[in-house]
Amino acid sequence: MSTLAGIPQPPGLRTRGAALASGPIPVTLLLVAAAVFLLVGSLRSTTFAQLTVQGLAVGAVYGSLALALVLVYRATHVINFAQGELAMATTYIAYQLIQWGLSYWEAFFATLAAAFVLGTLLEVAVIRPVQHRSVIATVIVTVGLFVLIDGIVNWVWGGDFKFMHSPFGTGAFHVGRVAILHLYVGMLAVVFVCVLLVWALFRFTKLGLGMRAAALRPAAAALVGVRVDRMLALGWGLAAVLGAVAGLMAEPSQLFLSPTLMQQILVYAFAAAVLGGLESPAGAMVGGLGIGVLLNLMVGYVPAIGSELQLPFCFALLLAILLVKPAGLFGRREVRRV
Amino acid sequence: MTRELVRRLPELVSLAVVAGVLVALPFLLSSYNVSLAAQVGIFFIAVLGLNILTGYSGQISIGHGAFMAVGGYTTAVLSRDHHMNLVLTMVLAFAICFVLGLILGLPALRLSGVYLALATFAFAVSVPLLPLQWSTFLGGSGGVQTSRTVTDLWVYGVAWTCSAILFVLAWLVLRGRMGRAFRAVRDSEIAAVASGIELPVYKTLAFGISAAYAGVAGSLFVLATNGFAQPSEFSVFLSLQLLVGAAVAGLGSLWGILAGAAFIGLLPQVSTSVPVIGSDHGRDVVFGLMVVLVMLLLPDGFAGLLARLRGLART
Repeated sequence: MSTLAGIPQPPGLRTRGAALASGPIPVTLLLVAAAVFLLVGSLRSTTFAQLTVQGLAVGAVYGSLALALVLVYRATHVINFAQGELAMATTYIAYQLIQWGLSYWEAFFATLAAAFVLGTLLEVAVIRPVQHRSVIATVIVTVGLFVLIDGIVNWVWGGDFKFMHSPFGTGAFHVGRVAILHLYVGMLAVVFVCVLLVWALFRFTKLGLGMRAAALRPAAAALVGVRVDRMLALGWGLAAVLGAVAGLMAEPSQLFLSPTLMQQILVYAFAAAVLGGLESPAGAMVGGLGIGVLLNLMVGYVPAIGSELQLPFCFALLLAILLVKPAGLFGRREVRRV
Repeated sequence: MTRELVRRLPELVSLAVVAGVLVALPFLLSSYNVSLAAQVGIFFIAVLGLNILTGYSGQISIGHGAFMAVGGYTTAVLSRDHHMNLVLTMVLAFAICFVLGLILGLPALRLSGVYLALATFAFAVSVPLLPLQWSTFLGGSGGVQTSRTVTDLWVYGVAWTCSAILFVLAWLVLRGRMGRAFRAVRDSEIAAVASGIELPVYKTLAFGISAAYAGVAGSLFVLATNGFAQPSEFSVFLSLQLLVGAAVAGLGSLWGILAGAAFIGLLPQVSTSVPVIGSDHGRDVVFGLMVVLVMLLLPDGFAGLLARLRGLART
């Protein structure tokens, strides 16, 4: 390798070589070590086990929203700052549907459909016209959407707390001396089923193949007959669906619904997405679970951090990841050629 | 020299008109409207600072509300503990935020585009929580009160004087060597490095200057709210507002900033009386909608509109 350093190589070769040399093995080791640490800790202490399970459950929510961010990033190379507010708004739609007499799960699926339509419409109506202009312009538009959606929800439903019945009841499983709320198991299960479905869509269907192609090489995809525009809009729709799942699962864990539901979670999801590498869907989920467990253990065991410093801690973590390993755990290092 | 003067005449005349109107305003307006006009002046400073960073050196920041918070708390704490002269605290806020901006600019060197947006957004969300944690020093959610309060007219006068000074300063900085370096960095980092521009120096410097402007705006912001520095005043919404103001003003131009500042300073107040929606939420709806529309219809903001109008007038 080193003897070839001066000779320009085709980009594909170079990145593949780099991935083999320093890529997945240390990351896998790290993840296995973390898992072993959590397992041993959980076997030794019930408190630790409780905190870990709770952390995994909220981490699944972060992961789901992070995955939404990653899908949008892969499709349109922009961060959707309104993703959290969109998720919050769709949770309000579910609340409204339940108020109108639908059962929880009917409302759940109706909301996912509504979120899909909403996400697609937003891409077509406001993102597409500015997308080619600059990153800054697109970010400002999503910031505008952030404020707009927040305002609409406050206007329609008001800023006071709303309560929804938890879909999983208030019971708990008992494993040894550890009590695990049904809620946490339910949150994990719902998020994983949704993520698996999205993964299967991308992996096994022709539509998914088209979407991947459109995200990776728009021009080449268009040449072989992929409707790139349509695929990008679908990507936004799917991201909104995952956001809605995150919102719907965040609501029972926070016990009430308010317009600020997703604002902190959005920052955790940013951290999760960056930790996993902004381009990697699997990384987003792993990052979400990791951040969830880490924050929960921190708050549980380090009194100096407390709940007020959770966000600043997360900011420090985000900055550290960006500085030390900007490509995240699973991301590809971007090679920029002059 | 005379030709230069003639070419610059429209700009000089419009500056003189704006200055004249600003001097006359306090005699014409009610005290409530003077406070609104002062608010516009405060946003003018902050948007100007953000424009130096985002418009001229091409680094996006969604965290300038946090620098305003630092400036505001500097003024409030110094006044509470040391009864310091308020104008002096503003100078200190400028200095402290300049240093803080340089420090935050260092990690920003390795980030660009969406990554920088993410990091600064997290910064904006984090800073307002610090007073809640260190509540004995920073007053918790109740906030910090300055030892003396000032009138709306005082804020108006100081805000617009500072605006004028800082505007001239920005104009001088941006038209010279440093401004050219900023623009070169924005347009192509690689080309800039190749022409001998020290990237780290100019990128962090842009961050520092920009943060210092936001710090002064933050001090005034606190003084305008009866000297109360509260975490809720500096929520992430403020940072978003500033970015929006810069976008409406037009990135990379100094001539639209008044429009951008007036947009974010006045719209929230005006739109509380929107007929259908009404009250507080109307503000966000109108505000968000306007942002999206402006971005779709006026790609280069108000400054771009001005340039286009001038082009029309010439032909």
